[in-house]
Amino acid sequence: MIGIDDPFVLIAYFGIIASAVASLIYGLVRRNAARDDVTPEDRQWALDEKKVDDDI
Amino acid sequence: MAGNPSVGWIDILVILAYLLATGYLGWLGYRGTRSAADFLVGGRSAHPIIMAVSYGATFISTAAIVGFGGVAGLFGMSLLWLTFLNIAIGILIAFTLFGEPTRRLGHRLGAHTFPEFLGLRYQSRGIQILAGALIFLFMPLYSAAVMTGGSIFASTQFGIDFEVALLIFAVITAAYVIPGGLKAVMYTDTFQGLIMALAMIFLLVFTYSSLGGITEGHRYLTEMADMVPAPLQNMGHEGWTAMPAFGWGSHTYDLWWIVITSIILGVGIGVLAQPQLIVRFMTVRSRRELDRAVPIGAIFIMLMTGTPFLVGSLSNAWFAQHGPMLHGKVVKEIDAEKDRALVELMKQNDAGDWVAIISPKTQAPAKAALIVSERTQVQDASSQDFELVGGRSTALTYVKGDADKIIPAFISAALPHWFGVIFFLALLAAAMSTISSQFHTIGTAAGRDLYEQVGSKGQSREPSLLVMRLAIVLGLLIAVSISYTVRQEYIIARFTAIFFGLCATSFLPAYIGGLFSQRVTRAGALTSMVVGMGVSLFWLLLVKSKEAAAIGLVQRVTGGKTSILADYPNWPAVDPIIVALPAAFLALILVSAVTKPPSAEHLRHCFPERNP
Repeated sequence: MIGIDDPFVLIAYFGIIASAVASLIYGLVRRNAARDDVTPEDRQWALDEKKVDDDI
Repeated sequence: MAGNPSVGWIDILVILAYLLATGYLGWLGYRGTRSAADFLVGGRSAHPIIMAVSYGATFISTAAIVGFGGVAGLFGMSLLWLTFLNIAIGILIAFTLFGEPTRRLGHRLGAHTFPEFLGLRYQSRGIQILAGALIFLFMPLYSAAVMTGGSIFASTQFGIDFEVALLIFAVITAAYVIPGGLKAVMYTDTFQGLIMALAMIFLLVFTYSSLGGITEGHRYLTEMADMVPAPLQNMGHEGWTAMPAFGWGSHTYDLWWIVITSIILGVGIGVLAQPQLIVRFMTVRSRRELDRAVPIGAIFIMLMTGTPFLVGSLSNAWFAQHGPMLHGKVVKEIDAEKDRALVELMKQNDAGDWVAIISPKTQAPAKAALIVSERTQVQDASSQDFELVGGRSTALTYVKGDADKIIPAFISAALPHWFGVIFFLALLAAAMSTISSQFHTIGTAAGRDLYEQVGSKGQSREPSLLVMRLAIVLGLLIAVSISYTVRQEYIIARFTAIFFGLCATSFLPAYIGGLFSQRVTRAGALTSMVVGMGVSLFWLLLVKSKEAAAIGLVQRVTGGKTSILADYPNWPAVDPIIVALPAAFLALILVSAVTKPPSAEHLRHCFPERNP
């Protein structure tokens, strides 16, 4: 198939396409599934992170 | 081989325009929202494309494109398993299983580096210091891989010496990272990532179309299996579209163990424990943002690794069809029907006589498999008649067996020069986004995880900007020195694989245990790190022959052998990850089972939803 005789290379070739398609489907299905809240904990972490970055 | 070395004024204009565009985007970014943390502070959501592509740009560099693309040119399409793992593990599993728990736990603990994350999770300064030291000591190896990849490409594309290219690369890197370019500016990362993706699409389409199509290109390469050089055949190479021969107990299976354990598993699994990528999960604002980044991340990684691995393999077919003509004397017919022969390569000297080309490696006449297309009767220097044949060979022949040069040589020979310039800029961008995250990690490992934690009388010290900057400069010098001095077979991929493997064996059990188990103890985590790192280093120093031989200790121990298991076939080809990772997991489980679990209060702080 497609000029490749080794089944294990073919599995990798089509496995790449299949895993990319699975990722696409996952992204579409879960697009709005999870919550999108930013907690005070998250914001505090980001402020500290900015400080670390700015230090460097 | 240097394809088209000249640098025209158009090339310079293209480079300047690109740098100006990047600089302008960077300046725009600095005026407002620039890093992931800024998005979070501002309460805004980064677009999934920005999130995914900037993550991918941190992950992918010249190491993947030039180094592993070259390895695919050497070993073939078995490397596609690495692309599969990069998507399945590096994106799907990493984002869906590891991303959210890391983000949540990191924010709860207030961790800003990976060693700090482990240290706070296990309430252990020792763990933080050990992880920081490991990163500080070994990350320069990975940086060297990225630099070597960029420098080899520049030297081939522009016809300059490798040393000059490396010096220029080092200066650009220093100018980028020392004055403060370490902050990941997401807009510029994304812009550069998109250019890389477009360049990869063009490269893939061009390669397939120049070989007559997908099936035709693959078929031609499949039928070139008899042109695999003898040393590779003896290790189990069965053609560029086939897996290496699988088995145990004979040197004819060595290649399978090298490709599968070092190249594919080491890097494919190691990505889960990459400090600079794990920290990225913490910069995300929510699970939703992670979910949305999965599809774009997968497509990006597919293009950025799948393309070079396919093109690297197919470059052998391209050179066999379109490469420059080579000449020589037939040593042995390989397949008379297909006009394939093993040829002693020759060139005309200044006097017009045909003389043998001497291989610098073996100091003997160089031989290569040729697809013969011309045969003429000529005389040698001693006026003896002989049949001179002309024909083309595999990419490996044109780069004199140096896999790291396959992708640069192919781009230089096959593609228009303007594309080479754009590709170079894409590579430079890929290198810079990876290098900036590497040196950010080196700087924070030295400053936050080592200097601050190794305080006097057990007390933490204040953060030191000077220590971070010194560590970055030192890391840069070490990386450049390694790039300058170590030039061996597919060294880019090997350095990358060593670093990824070390991270996997040292960090992965403690990281997974820290995220998902409340029973894993401080002693268990620390033991697993010591066992994983210890076994890996032991294996690299004394067992894995390529690395051990280069370091040199094993020859002293064994009286000249390149592995303490040299008499046991295949063992010297097995990567440390196969032994060290199970040993580290076992250590984590066993020691945790017999030591005191963390306090209920700490577990409530880490996992409030599981401990109401």
